[in-house]
Amino acid sequence: MKNENKNKQMIKGTKNLALWTLLWVASLALASFGPKFLWNENTTWSILAIVTNTAFGAGMIWANIRYLSVLDELQKKIQLDAMGIALGVGVVGGLSYSVTDIANVISSDAEIGFLVILISISYMIALLVGKKRYA
Amino acid sequence: MKNKLKVLRAERDMTQADLADSLAVSRQTINAIEKGKFDPSLPLAFKISKLFKLPIEEIFSNTETE
Repeated sequence: MKNENKNKQMIKGTKNLALWTLLWVASLALASFGPKFLWNENTTWSILAIVTNTAFGAGMIWANIRYLSVLDELQKKIQLDAMGIALGVGVVGGLSYSVTDIANVISSDAEIGFLVILISISYMIALLVGKKRYA
Repeated sequence: MKNKLKVLRAERDMTQADLADSLAVSRQTINAIEKGKFDPSLPLAFKISKLFKLPIEEIFSNTETE
């Protein structure tokens, strides 16, 4: 009975997080491509899109905190380990990438998108490894 | 840390899912504790102790001190 409630909370938390993430990604796409393709560089619309994106981002963070709060202690440990690894890889990898740009080792500018991809991939790999380790 | 969780569970004819349900944790957590891959927190150890009506030291033993 206890776990039924816990499972329901987890499913609800996961759906909530997925919804906020979807809204954040969609609003990010709108804020990024809207000025060029939808409102012809109109500043008011751009500010509105950015504010909306930031608000959805805050909602996503809140949903993530709520999601983490319903996990049990092992699941929290797996998440914490994965987040720690992703943060470490992000900081070290991001700064190394930035230095390659400053030192002109790479021809193009360092893009923040690569850092987001690096953090996301390292988080997902660490999560899978963690789940497998305790399986 | 070693534990007798699997034995105690089997004696009471409980599945990992039943135990997980009683303790409000995931089945994966029960499996990891039984295999010694994960040490439970003190509150969870107390819950296990209460459930099996046994002192914590009869369920868990520190291998480092043995």
